[in-house]
Amino acid sequence: MGAIESMEAPQKSKERQPSGSDGELILSLYRSMVLIREFEMKAREVFRTGRMPGFIHVYIGEEAVATGVCARLRKDDYVASTHRGHGHALAKGITARAVMAELMGAVTGCSGGRGGTMHLYDPTVGFLGSNGVVPPGILIAAGAGLSAKLRGTDQVAVAFFGDGGSNNGAFHEGLNMASIWEIPVVFVCENNLYATEMPLAEATKNTNVASRAAAYGMPGIQVDGNNVLEVYEKAGEAIERARSGGGPTLLECLTYRWYGHHEGDPGVAYRPKEEIAAWKNRDPIMKLKNDSIAARQITAEDFKRVDAEIAEVLEDATRFALDSSIESESTALEHVLYSATN
Amino acid sequence: MPEISVTAPSTVEPLTKNQRILTYAQAGVEGVREEMQRNPQIFYIGQGIGTRGGNFQQSRGLWEKFGGQRVRDTPIAERAQTGIGIGAALAGSHPIVDIVFLDFTLEAMGEIIQQASTIHYISNGRFKVPFMLRAAGGGIRSTGPHHSHTFWSFFAHIPGLKVAVPSTPYDVKGLIKSGLRDENPVIFIEHKGLYNTKGHVPEEEYLIPFGHARVVRPGSDVTVVCLGSMVQKSIDAAQRLEAHDISLEVIDLRTIAPLDKESILTSLAKTGRLAVVDEAYATCGMAAEIAAIAATEALDELDAPVVRICTYPAPHAFSPSIDAYLVPSVDRIVREIAHMMGKQL
Repeated sequence: MGAIESMEAPQKSKERQPSGSDGELILSLYRSMVLIREFEMKAREVFRTGRMPGFIHVYIGEEAVATGVCARLRKDDYVASTHRGHGHALAKGITARAVMAELMGAVTGCSGGRGGTMHLYDPTVGFLGSNGVVPPGILIAAGAGLSAKLRGTDQVAVAFFGDGGSNNGAFHEGLNMASIWEIPVVFVCENNLYATEMPLAEATKNTNVASRAAAYGMPGIQVDGNNVLEVYEKAGEAIERARSGGGPTLLECLTYRWYGHHEGDPGVAYRPKEEIAAWKNRDPIMKLKNDSIAARQITAEDFKRVDAEIAEVLEDATRFALDSSIESESTALEHVLYSATN
Repeated sequence: MPEISVTAPSTVEPLTKNQRILTYAQAGVEGVREEMQRNPQIFYIGQGIGTRGGNFQQSRGLWEKFGGQRVRDTPIAERAQTGIGIGAALAGSHPIVDIVFLDFTLEAMGEIIQQASTIHYISNGRFKVPFMLRAAGGGIRSTGPHHSHTFWSFFAHIPGLKVAVPSTPYDVKGLIKSGLRDENPVIFIEHKGLYNTKGHVPEEEYLIPFGHARVVRPGSDVTVVCLGSMVQKSIDAAQRLEAHDISLEVIDLRTIAPLDKESILTSLAKTGRLAVVDEAYATCGMAAEIAAIAATEALDELDAPVVRICTYPAPHAFSPSIDAYLVPSVDRIVREIAHMMGKQL
């Protein structure tokens, strides 16, 4: 087994469905998005104090993608992520405490503080790493899916990557091999229009990433990545197709990062202010909230209760992370190689 | 699974009539086949390794035995082969990714070094990467600059990888079996010039542990450290030098990560002289590392400067005469070691 702390045995269950009413689904999607948003706001706050090592890439503005996709996954399904991976980690089920502590390099982090923001790992929820490189996660997810197929389970793997990743060779090699081998994997392209600072329209002549699926003989679907219910619906179809032996799907989610590529990059030199403002007006969290209140599905009070609950979770997580020890020098040479006797 | 003994470092026994003889390629196939039977999580992917049985016959019969699920031909996509192998390892499988030519590991180097070698460490030991990358290195019959490389020291440079470079059929089988029971990323480098060489491979199961060099030929004047195709050349040189009263102790490293430093130092304490024969380049390579070990840990033992007999620093040429000149030959080994001993041969 590659995972040393193994997950629960794969279940042969049906696709995970929202329990109960639409209202419960909406609140659970809302909770996940607010958790990611507020987590990132806290992370920025701590980063600015100078106490956080390294540098971070926040996911603010893109919360609906990780939330809508991961809400369709089981605990024993797999996710491989990117440098902008906090949202994926939280949506897949790593706790805010463990992620925040990892960002601090603390021993209580999900990777013991050795990995940091771009190397979040958790075998107990099938999280195969955020990643410092664009985009090996495509290949890692395809591999995990192949493993599931060879082991005869019905687990599914998801790779998250950006529009930048779609112009990298691993995209071509990985999608092609996943297709010929009918691997149970969903390739989720978070198209936020910029690869660091390069606009997609300058990086490719074909800016419709989903259309590239045709080149690999797989379905390609483009969705509004700021509409969590649409992501949830289309991701659900793709995941179900993978789980039932129908092979991979390329799911392109159109979204936008509100801030710079990383904290410290204002993100304005290469993006028009009007464009940023327009996308902020399309806030996925506000959209879900306003639409649901207008449709009288959820009350403003219900949303406020979730906000308060998340605020507490993040106060606790931040305190936990800041109070955790970062002293791990004595373990510096451990885990270089795996040993069965460790 | 019954425990089986691992062989201690030893010299190769002389051949007798009843010993079973296999080629280097057949020994590898047999090792992989036994481990695939033993461990259902092992699967094998690569270019031309299925119905064709491998460019060097290194996977012959595996597709027929295990079928197309576990033995899969891939498109020409080394990066995806490797990355998919790593992902499968994280999820509980044990892939063998056959890159066929060591040269083409360059296409997948990011996956090997940035992902495979680091994940166990940076996940704080929460994931392991049971993964074998198999490839054939070295030159044979003017394979030219794109099919002759000898990158073992690249991989040995990186913490988190294990690297084997076997020189005999016996070692190929014993090391590939150990490599497939190791749950670390293992870079298994065969020499393409050795695939058709023959040697004794017992019927009984055996494993050869990584990190145990083999004293191929005991001697008293010069310790010769080598691996892969240079082992036989060093033995040939030792036979020729014997006639001139120069006695070589030839050590086949078998693996360079881990490196059996003890065997080198023990021999050096006896001989006082060190020559490293490597088909790779001298600069920043395995030979430099072994020379540094001698300088830092056995300076008092050295009676002569260390000699590195390596491929001269130029790309491999197609021209048979140039290529033969660049790569260490028996003549050159004899000449340089004789010179070290103050003789002109």
